[in-house]
Amino acid sequence: MNRTEALELVKDSISRVVPGADLDALGPDDSFRDALEMDSLDFLGFIEALSDRSGVRIEDEDTQRLTTLSGTADFLVARAG
Amino acid sequence: MRGKTIHKDAMPGVPPNLADYEKARAGFTWSQARSELAGLPGGGLNMAHEAVDRHVAEGRGARVALCCIARDNAVSTVTYADLAVHTSRFADLLRSLGIGRGDRVFTLLGRCPELYTTVLGTLKNTSVVCPLFSAFGPDPVEQRLRLGDARALVTTAALYRRKVAQLRSSLPGLKHVLIVGPGAEELPGTISFDGLMSAAAATFAIPPTSPDDMALLHFTSGTTGTPKGAVHVHEAVVAHYATAAYALDLHPGDVYWCTADPGWVTGMSYGIIAPLVHGVTVVVDEGDYDAGRWYRILAEQRVSVWYTAPTALRMLMRATPRQGPYDLPRSYDLSHLRFIASVGEPLNPEAVLWGRDVLGLPVHDNWWQTETGCIMIANFAVCDIRPGSMGRPLPGVEAAVLEQGGDGRALIADGRAREVDSPGAVGELALRPGWPSMFRGYLHDEERYRAAFAGGWYLTGDLARRDADGWYWFVGRADDVIKSAGHLIGPFEVESALMEHASVAEAGVIGRPDPVAGSIVKAFVSLRPGIEPSLDLERELLAFSRRKLGPAVAPREIAFDQNLPKTRSGKVMRRLLRARELGLPTGDLSTLEESA
Repeated sequence: MNRTEALELVKDSISRVVPGADLDALGPDDSFRDALEMDSLDFLGFIEALSDRSGVRIEDEDTQRLTTLSGTADFLVARAG
Repeated sequence: MRGKTIHKDAMPGVPPNLADYEKARAGFTWSQARSELAGLPGGGLNMAHEAVDRHVAEGRGARVALCCIARDNAVSTVTYADLAVHTSRFADLLRSLGIGRGDRVFTLLGRCPELYTTVLGTLKNTSVVCPLFSAFGPDPVEQRLRLGDARALVTTAALYRRKVAQLRSSLPGLKHVLIVGPGAEELPGTISFDGLMSAAAATFAIPPTSPDDMALLHFTSGTTGTPKGAVHVHEAVVAHYATAAYALDLHPGDVYWCTADPGWVTGMSYGIIAPLVHGVTVVVDEGDYDAGRWYRILAEQRVSVWYTAPTALRMLMRATPRQGPYDLPRSYDLSHLRFIASVGEPLNPEAVLWGRDVLGLPVHDNWWQTETGCIMIANFAVCDIRPGSMGRPLPGVEAAVLEQGGDGRALIADGRAREVDSPGAVGELALRPGWPSMFRGYLHDEERYRAAFAGGWYLTGDLARRDADGWYWFVGRADDVIKSAGHLIGPFEVESALMEHASVAEAGVIGRPDPVAGSIVKAFVSLRPGIEPSLDLERELLAFSRRKLGPAVAPREIAFDQNLPKTRSGKVMRRLLRARELGLPTGDLSTLEESA
């Protein structure tokens, strides 16, 4: 998976749990959890969607890093190899 | 009944406040509990005096009241002496704004130190606190500000911009908006919280306060109509104090963490007032749930008493299952934990056992609701736990299970209710009025308040059964209110928002069982003529309702259904939608609309 694909996957997973989220207004290093008011159930849904779509197993200790578009895309690229 | 009883054989290191359940019940009086509080110098009873000033007056000012963990993990502490000064300043600034006794001060804030200052300072000023959950969308916020006659609102620039600014002109009664943190300069019609605080006096004499003076206003949801503002008075502090001693086993020196947001009644009664009245240290986490973060806070802050919710526990169970591996929990020192309690929805037996195996302590479920103001039924530190049961009534609380009528609610005949005879039979859970934190009204709605009582009981709207030994078991709601992640959601509020969308003709909203949240909000929607269901429309409706209602209330699932079941009077039958969703028998359909 290249970086562009990873970023699309992240955005797509966010849109799945927060339909209508304005992702264009979101900077690469903004905390999307705050900006999109994702509560813990939303975040759980996001992690599940991301894991399902990417095939990357996401451990609980990884989730603290998955707070920005850029950070999450980097994580996917690194893990997917 | 369900699962094995957890016996409490071993003598705990710290003797529990409630050593013998039957003895405590027999010997308890609310007036005794009242006498353990200080009371205002010169008479009267004020929550904030008991929670803050009393400790300073009695020489405990140097103790840490709040241990605040910011999102970025920075830790700051506030002593009782600091809190006394901050809350005095806030009370003084309210007075200088002309806000006085009985005036409503709303909060729309995350879990920051200023929230605690605002709540307790408002109580000092004998004004009334109404907390709003920051994950509410603009619609629920506006409705509550309006229904609650908000005079002042304390919020942040971001929350104000997102949820209040566009509707400010429709709230003429809202005279003052105080902005915590930066940004007030750029927002017309607002003032800086910090600016006003620094100009205010550091001492404040609490005016005479009657135990019956209104102190807190908590909005809760019913089956129909607008949210109801449950009114609580200063005397409720007696119940906060006594129940936190018994059901949370708070002791001096405890470090206590209540994970509930103060936008809800648990976060107010047991996140702010009760623990501070006990003089313990309260952990305040500004961040969101995260398994690693939570384990770290429990360990680093040496939390001894932890009050949380089933949804949170179930998320932790997914992250760190009972079967192991135990790497994450075992990498933290949780040895300071002494007591764990949970509230918000029934705690499944598996979660109780998970606590025992993974955290080393079983979880004690308890039950209460916004209207009761304090814990009513609980599993106690000293008592055996029957996993899945909410426990037994607290000292001073009389509970009963009442026979149901055809509508599912308690059957009242000739002004009298009948208790169910046989153990295990289902009925409506009811409480004998008279405990100090019982709600004293729904604001501006005397009729709905009166309707909550019958035959000498307060009717809770929850269905329960009582086993032969007196343990209570939650069965479900007697009405259509949805319990999701521990929060009550009124289906009417969600349906109304959906029906504002141009494509929607009608909507029926129910709770669909969910393994983590208990229930999630699911909407069945029929479309206007000429509109076709589609995936795009489904997502548009989800987005539309989330924008209006916020994540705490908005539906998470939408299904299109052009033939919503309706009564003859045209009301969507949620009961039937629920039965269909669950594949249950649909019951009495005699009032259902005949199909043409």
